[in-house]
Amino acid sequence: MKNDASTTVNMQEHRLDVKNRPMCLSGKGVTKYFGFGKKLTKAVDHVDFEFHEGELVSIVGESGSGKTTLSKMLLGLINTTDGEIYFQGQKRDISTRHKKKEYWKGIQAIFQDPFSSFNTFNRIDTVLLDCINMRGGKHLSKDKKFEMMTEACSFVNLKFAELTNKYPFELSGGQMQRLMIARIFLLKPKILLADEPTSMIDACSRATILDMLLNLRNETGMTIIFITHDIGLAYYISDSIYIMEHGKFVESGSADEVILHPKAAYTRRLISDVPKIHEAWDLSTV
Amino acid sequence: MKNTIRQVFHSPKFLVGFIIFVAILLLTIIYPIFNPGNPLQQIGLGTFAPPGTYVSLYDAVTTGTSTFRLDDAEANRLAQVLTDDDRISMVNWLTAMDVDVSGLDISDTEALLEVWFANYDSTARPEGMTNAQRNYYVRLNNNLLSMSTAESLTVTQPDDEGEPEEVAEISDTDYVNVNDVANVITLPLGTDNFGRDVLKELVSAIGTSLLIGLVAGCIATFIGLLLGLLSGYVGGVLDDIVMFITNIFTVIPSFVLLILINYSIGQENRGAMVVALVIGLTSWTWTTRSVRSQVISLRNRDHVNLSKLSGHSLVRIVLTDILPYIASYVVMAFILQISSAILSEAQLSLLGLGPKTTEVPTLGLMMNWAMLYSAHLGGKWWAYFPVIGVIALISFSLNLMNTGLDQVFNPTLRD
Repeated sequence: MKNDASTTVNMQEHRLDVKNRPMCLSGKGVTKYFGFGKKLTKAVDHVDFEFHEGELVSIVGESGSGKTTLSKMLLGLINTTDGEIYFQGQKRDISTRHKKKEYWKGIQAIFQDPFSSFNTFNRIDTVLLDCINMRGGKHLSKDKKFEMMTEACSFVNLKFAELTNKYPFELSGGQMQRLMIARIFLLKPKILLADEPTSMIDACSRATILDMLLNLRNETGMTIIFITHDIGLAYYISDSIYIMEHGKFVESGSADEVILHPKAAYTRRLISDVPKIHEAWDLSTV
Repeated sequence: MKNTIRQVFHSPKFLVGFIIFVAILLLTIIYPIFNPGNPLQQIGLGTFAPPGTYVSLYDAVTTGTSTFRLDDAEANRLAQVLTDDDRISMVNWLTAMDVDVSGLDISDTEALLEVWFANYDSTARPEGMTNAQRNYYVRLNNNLLSMSTAESLTVTQPDDEGEPEEVAEISDTDYVNVNDVANVITLPLGTDNFGRDVLKELVSAIGTSLLIGLVAGCIATFIGLLLGLLSGYVGGVLDDIVMFITNIFTVIPSFVLLILINYSIGQENRGAMVVALVIGLTSWTWTTRSVRSQVISLRNRDHVNLSKLSGHSLVRIVLTDILPYIASYVVMAFILQISSAILSEAQLSLLGLGPKTTEVPTLGLMMNWAMLYSAHLGGKWWAYFPVIGVIALISFSLNLMNTGLDQVFNPTLRD
């Protein structure tokens, strides 16, 4: 594993200029309301966004700001109240199960809590085999499938031979989250939605996971939507940042632009909330 | 899975319940092998023969005898004839005649008879004694006299001309070996009001009641599980409709519903399985509600979302991502459903709305018969007490198993 100190020093290196790349996922006036009448909650309120191919974009906000609701809408797990989402330039259509299945070949997710992300009754091989089958690898030979699973596991520094016949709950949190990335490696979606993938695991594994996400992006060129409440983390990893408050984007732009020259008061507050140790490597070095 | 089963059998509560239940189950399987025959066959003519061993008198007369001279034989014979009521009456007579009975123990037959024969005078009439009472004392005295003066009995049989011919002479010192008598039956629980062997009937009734419980439990759990899974996972309008129906069934007391449905089916059409079906169809609401709430808490878990993203179908998600998580809960609900179905059958039958009475005995029917023939008033405990005991034991064992499982699956309950 790469030493995370080396990556922190050269954190500008991985930033990409994606302005001229084609659009991968965009939304116009995307809205989600819960309840009605007096109990109406505007979880996501008419947000516009544009995510480019190969971009690593962060959506930052406090808890309750609507990040997770937005991510579920992007994944098609819940319906939008209003607005349109465009996938690869075309209006997204997930009205039938078949169309949803097709859409999910293009977009996948990593969830916050690795301990609840896996079905505890399924073995690890089952989880990975499922991914191969979903990519249309059902007819492949056993050896080929084994080779693919081994490759995916070695990408995330896991030994597949040691994992066969094990259950996910026998792994540590960091290992589970890496297994989740191995799953994404096998599926190779166009877009990966990572919903706070590092918030439930320890600090040492965190850097490893982030590096793996960056590697994944660099190797496959997939768009990664990184959802976090940690603006320092977002600055460290992203090409561009969207700041979300009360269901609305208050500020967006390239990472440097948003963090170094924040316009919205909310952004400035988020930045000032970052603990000092982050500030030291974050703002003073740039 | 293996681990879970081992854990379950390490729970003392579950183990005790399981052993009791298996013992009852084995009884219903093994007993009929040793004592085959129709449990509803009427073997006795009278009602409520008490528990005990019955020796055929007819066969005993013609069986070879042995002679024993036993000192307490006469006293035993008298003690058997003298009931407690008789003893109290005797003391009452003696007291009325101003005989000193202080220090006399009425259970000491010999001492009581000594005082009685020394003082009884059939012509004496204490003040206030009715004629009927006097006649009773005369009869009692004659009985006692005939018992204490041992004479041989002569058994005769009419010969070809109709004249009595002596077959055997029985003296008070003659004994027969029970093993030599051709016909001896043991009725550990006596007979019921129809003269049927209660134990045989009870064993058969346990089997039927357990079957009713199992069928009703399966039906209730299946319906409850299906509706709970669907309404919980799919949600929306389907959830509203299912919950509407469930709520309607919940607010109508299910026992009233049971009574009404069973009454309208009619006595002739009510077989044991029909009753089981009716019980099953009225008791699923509780399972539906609890399964639904469990499913709702599960359906937004990340592993379910992941399964959706993997393109799995609704059926597959429900079967592989939701059902295993609530399986332990469903097993527990199933055990309780069996227990409550057995109780429901007993309650219904007690009211006379159980399975029709001509085919199979059930625990409830046995109680119904005992009640109809006033076994509880006549002190015929063997007709109803074993039934109550078995019902209590079955539901106790099932509830114990349920509690044991609860502790295994919910570690916060362990003490």
